Amino acid sequence: MGLTGGKVRQSCQLMWRGMKTCPRVYVLGIGMSALWGAATVAISQAIGWATSSIMVPAMAGDLAAQGRIWQAGVVVFAVAVVLALGVWGRRVWAGWGYVNVGARHRSNLSDAYLRLPMSWHRSHSTGQLLAHASADVDAATGVFNPMPFALGVVVMLIGALIALVMSDVWLAVAAFIVLPLMVLANVVFQRYMTPAVTRAQKLRATVADAAHESFEAALIVKSLGTADREEATFAAAADDLRAANTRVGNVQAVFNPVLDTLPPIGTLLVVVVGVWRLTYGHIDAGDVVGAAYLFTMMAIPVRSFGWVLGELPRSLVGYHRIAAVVDAPNALAPGTALLPQQPRGLAVDLTDVSLEVPGHGGPGQSGPGEAAPGEAAPITLLRDISLQISPGETLAVVGPTGSGKTTLVSLLARLSDPTRGTVRLDGVDLSTLAAGEIPAQVACVTQHTFIFEDTVRGNVTLMEPAVCPWSDDDVWEALRLARVDEVVRAMPDGLDARLGERGANLSGGQRQRLAIARALIRQPRLLILDDATSAVDARVEQEILRGLATHATVVIIAYRMSSVALADRVAHVDRGRIVDIGTHSELLKRDTGYREIAEAYVAEARRRADEEAAA
Amino acid sequence: MTEPSARIANVSQHGVIATIRRGVALSPQIVRGIGLTLVLALVSAAGRIVVPMTIQRTIDDGILAESGPDAGRVITFAVLAVVGLLIAGLSAAGVQLRLISRTEAGLAALRVRAFRHIHDLSILTQNTERRGSLVSRVTADIDTITQFVQWGGIMLIVASLQLVVATVLMLVYSWQLTVVVYGCFVPLYLLFRAAQPRVNRAYVRLRERTGAMLGSMSEAVVGAETVRAYGVARRTAERIDRDIESTRVAGGRAQILVASTFTAGNLVSNLALSVVIVVGAYLGMGGALSAGTVVAFLFLVQLFTGPVQLATEILNELQNAVAGWRRVIAVIDTPVDVPDPADGVTSPRGRAHVTLTGVRYSYPDGPEVLHGIDLTLTPGTRVAIVGHTGGGKTTVAKLVARFMDPSAGTVTLDGVDLREITLASLRERIVLVPQEGFLFDGTVLDNVAYGLRGAGMPGTGSNVQRAAQNAFDMLGLTSWLRDLPQGLNTPCGQRGEALSAGERQLVALARAAMAGGDLMIFDEATSAVDPATDVRVARALEALTHGRSTITIAHRLSTAEAADVVVVVDGGHVVQVGSHTDLATEPGVYAAMHEAWISHTRSEVEAQ
Repeated sequence: MGLTGGKVRQSCQLMWRGMKTCPRVYVLGIGMSALWGAATVAISQAIGWATSSIMVPAMAGDLAAQGRIWQAGVVVFAVAVVLALGVWGRRVWAGWGYVNVGARHRSNLSDAYLRLPMSWHRSHSTGQLLAHASADVDAATGVFNPMPFALGVVVMLIGALIALVMSDVWLAVAAFIVLPLMVLANVVFQRYMTPAVTRAQKLRATVADAAHESFEAALIVKSLGTADREEATFAAAADDLRAANTRVGNVQAVFNPVLDTLPPIGTLLVVVVGVWRLTYGHIDAGDVVGAAYLFTMMAIPVRSFGWVLGELPRSLVGYHRIAAVVDAPNALAPGTALLPQQPRGLAVDLTDVSLEVPGHGGPGQSGPGEAAPGEAAPITLLRDISLQISPGETLAVVGPTGSGKTTLVSLLARLSDPTRGTVRLDGVDLSTLAAGEIPAQVACVTQHTFIFEDTVRGNVTLMEPAVCPWSDDDVWEALRLARVDEVVRAMPDGLDARLGERGANLSGGQRQRLAIARALIRQPRLLILDDATSAVDARVEQEILRGLATHATVVIIAYRMSSVALADRVAHVDRGRIVDIGTHSELLKRDTGYREIAEAYVAEARRRADEEAAA
Repeated sequence: MTEPSARIANVSQHGVIATIRRGVALSPQIVRGIGLTLVLALVSAAGRIVVPMTIQRTIDDGILAESGPDAGRVITFAVLAVVGLLIAGLSAAGVQLRLISRTEAGLAALRVRAFRHIHDLSILTQNTERRGSLVSRVTADIDTITQFVQWGGIMLIVASLQLVVATVLMLVYSWQLTVVVYGCFVPLYLLFRAAQPRVNRAYVRLRERTGAMLGSMSEAVVGAETVRAYGVARRTAERIDRDIESTRVAGGRAQILVASTFTAGNLVSNLALSVVIVVGAYLGMGGALSAGTVVAFLFLVQLFTGPVQLATEILNELQNAVAGWRRVIAVIDTPVDVPDPADGVTSPRGRAHVTLTGVRYSYPDGPEVLHGIDLTLTPGTRVAIVGHTGGGKTTVAKLVARFMDPSAGTVTLDGVDLREITLASLRERIVLVPQEGFLFDGTVLDNVAYGLRGAGMPGTGSNVQRAAQNAFDMLGLTSWLRDLPQGLNTPCGQRGEALSAGERQLVALARAAMAGGDLMIFDEATSAVDPATDVRVARALEALTHGRSTITIAHRLSTAEAADVVVVVDGGHVVQVGSHTDLATEPGVYAAMHEAWISHTRSEVEAQ
């Protein structure tokens, strides 16, 4: 959705695309605005007519005119009603247009957030992404508020020009000599405004970002008592924004009076020219009064060009920021292949898989795939991994903290793609599978459990009740398998109990078990548990693991040896490689690194016992 | 004893005037030097009548002069008018320059104050509100006020002054017609009074919908991984689209109301014109007015209705700004239910002695979870709190760290009730390391340095670096740190998500080690770390906290084996207290738990 070409071309594109979002609304809005513009000229004409043809003769004693006084009032009022209709229609449909364009931007943004890969998300802050949906959308749509008005003003100006030309050409020339001056003033205004507004907009996002991160860290801030420091950091950001906003206001303070003063000067020019023409007898006094009146009426509407031009820089900035998200390349484009459904676990096959990520340059600036040249060397997360898991097998992945276990298993659900090598499920390359194929058969319970603001049922099924294939009994069964049914039964509304943001009203273990229920109800052919039972009691963990569907392939990252021992095979991962793979007891015998992890607690208990005996 | 935890009201219940008054009281900078600003505004408003007056004089003295059109006079008038316009323009610039700088200063202070207050609220209150919604209170809501001030505030002042000036001039020309014009505007005024509350509600609804929309949008961002893992992008999109749609409809409806009131103003203005023509003509026929005066009056009506129409516009904008202001004020007015005592005592540093006496606790609107806990934690001991999930372990830890206050009973530190100790000194002494150690978007070094507090804060960058390195060394994490791609300079990513959960916990531990504290509470702080590292870190922590008090909550009972005292919490009661050796042999909850633990770690290993 990016805009191309110069500023003028970009501005036109921006407005045109917005109007195309809801053509009917804009046809109505602009039509009504045109009606208003025409009625504005008409009302000045009506007043001119009423004064010169009825009021003045009536006062002079013209009896016929005296009888028509009411008529004058009715005519003026009739035009006023048409004018009001135009005003109302213009405002209402301009309003709908504005909110429609904004809604479209937000919808595009949320689609992009849902489409873009995790690597993209990790390099963009929540605050910035939310600022796109609020401040940037407001900015990008800002121009649509005055735009139908300004288009109506065009109609009004044409009407006024005709009315003026019909009374006197020189009067018209005088009136319209000010217009180019106004355009010029606006161009200069825009030149100062654009950088000021860009900066303010950027800082607004920075402030949102600072607030968001700080509130996310609220628990740490509380436990370390660092609210003062957070306040100081935020105050600095808020002060930068204050300065930037003040700068915007100051630019306006200088230009607004200029733009406000030009129309009255135009009126004065009309009067002076009018008197000059009058002296030579080309026009009468009524024409001068009429022209001056028209110009007075136009003073505010003509400013609407200024509003449009003033909003445009801000809108372009906001639009570009939104477009950068919407146009971000989709690194994990789905293919078209299908994954056949079979009544057994999935076969998993990794061949020579490596994963590198670009070395970090500046945080969060570069998009996906844009390794900044000359920056730090790429970081290898996984190296030459080949691994086959047979259908129905349970594989435990064990390794020290930070060895690449999570990265490895996340490839199986295609949360990211390897840099080299292929990942196959039942022989099909993951990167060729159509959208939705993988989640239909693979469930991945990640380390970090995310709970949606929804009911318990909604959090397990992740579907709307209307289209949900699972009954409440299925949900209860999944909750029971995940050993979290008792917790839900104790909630006042059971399955309908609403969970707060990120499941704040659940304990860590309860959240994990709810996430496990979420995976189990799907009866996946491949189940990935990424340290998903760490906050669950050992007893409960055992119950869950034993209750798992037997015909699924299971890949589990766990530290509890009893759980690891339940696995058919264990893969020992260290520094991005598979060091060894075999049964638990095989590895214990031949792999010292593995033994160190597996026996850590036993050895420690023994050491403690020795120390106590020695003491 | 304590009030149920406060929620943050959606909006404050103040009326419009009260909101503005309260808002101004919170940001007194806004009205600083308002006198001169008003004088300048008056000058700039007076500038608006320059043109109509000039036209009037031109018609009367220049064009209709008995001696015929007088070009020289007209030019003189025009030149004088331009001078007048320039003065008015300069004054208008002055008004805006003054108003902007002061208002922005005031609103920046308000922003920071609201931000601070949100941090001062208890964690329970913070959790009643979505993070996204909290953010919008210190961003979007205040931005609405800024936008209003940058445009509306100045217009409001100038428009009202212009109204006054126009009225005075109208009275000078014809009091009868002035009465007629005012008569036309009376029903409009009544209409506005009736419409304002509805407009107001419409804007409040719009802001609420916007907040909810941003909240569900944040789910797509924060829950990105879950959305992908379960392929529920479409459903999430539908949920967000629903919220976007209701925001759109709320916005459109608000606009219809606003358009209707504006149109009413416009219609009445032109109605006034037609009435002035009719009444003026009759008055003229009666000889009370000249034709010229009636024509002049038409210009004046224009001068009068302009600001009236503008005022309705501005008042609507004002409603929007007030809606934002209300939401900010609602935050500031939310009571802090874990307040910093006004004349609190400073708790002196040293070995911490914590006692819980008859402590009961129930979460707001929930059943009681702790039913009378009595517990003494002797200074310098290592305490492990164990028990089944949901038994109340974490609640005890949070009460000791005073994240909340007990519903009954007391928690004391060195004999002083926690509620009487200043929070600053309490936080200095008691540090809680939670399970999910949030990391900031910075390097490992930045995050560890965050733990440095108060007097411990060293001056230079290299000092910080050395201190951070030292913290990792002391925790036995030297080689782990070396293996990170860029060591101390490894970026942690958003929310620390460039690191694994276990790595985040290690960084959080180093941060806590930097923070020190006389009582360290570890709440499942190493739950995602591999066993070998866990054992190594536990050993190191023992040495590091030697002589200090620690409370450790963990499912891994290796912590209990290493503790001086084991406290077993079950079903909201303390069921057992004693040393590991004693409790392991005595039948009870602990023995059963420990046996299970052994079987999970040991049996398999010894089987071979």
